[in-house]
Amino acid sequence: MQISFRRMEKITIFDLTGNIDLATSPELRKALLHEIKNTRTPRVILNLLQVRYIDSSGIASLVEGLKASRDAGTRFILFGLSQSAREVMQLSRLNKIFEIYDLEEQALSS
Amino acid sequence: MSQPLLKVDLRSDPSLLAVIRSMMSQLCEGLGFSAADSRCVTRAVDEALSNVMRHAYKGDLDRTIQVCVRGLETRGRKVLEIVLEDSGPELDPTKLPARPLEEVRPGGLGLHFIRQSMDEVEYERTGSINRLRLSKYLVPKNAPQDCEGA
Repeated sequence: MQISFRRMEKITIFDLTGNIDLATSPELRKALLHEIKNTRTPRVILNLLQVRYIDSSGIASLVEGLKASRDAGTRFILFGLSQSAREVMQLSRLNKIFEIYDLEEQALSS
Repeated sequence: MSQPLLKVDLRSDPSLLAVIRSMMSQLCEGLGFSAADSRCVTRAVDEALSNVMRHAYKGDLDRTIQVCVRGLETRGRKVLEIVLEDSGPELDPTKLPARPLEEVRPGGLGLHFIRQSMDEVEYERTGSINRLRLSKYLVPKNAPQDCEGA
């Protein structure tokens, strides 16, 4: 998985590419928690358009990001989920917990 | 017992999970599973292997997990059977409680995904071997279906 990010005024967008699984989720968790806890960006947005697969450890990393964001009083937003990613969100009943959009423009204007 | 469609001795290295996912996905689609059911099977196998790597082998990268896939016919229905064998401590995943989904917290979802994605999940311990058997019935592509059983 590749992780890059774009920082704008009050927004950080993480652009993720590849698979989020047992091999790669620790790296994602570390990057998210660093951004949320240390930088305290008001809005952290995850671009998942290029993520083909997310497993339960990846979902756990996203939940940790969400909880850290809630603790910091900031927002944690996802967009561009693949069919597979939407399915695991539904299976874990987290699709109603996360703020999810289809497109970056929607996530930015939300 | 039919000849395996696939038999692999997999090293317990998480970086190899992507290889197995790719193999399972292509195998399922080749056998006539719908795209949704192929994702279910691939997800269940991935989560089961991850469980062995994390819990049975505790992150040791140099252990072996045997993956054996067979196409069977049971009571007139075609079924894909995946058997995973490891030599970790006895750990019956079918008896572990799945965590309540109402709790928003990390972890504990893998078993839930496996149970929801497959039609049958069985565990047995033989000597020093853990054996997890996952089964998915083949449903015609035009039949209504979801990820929670055929």
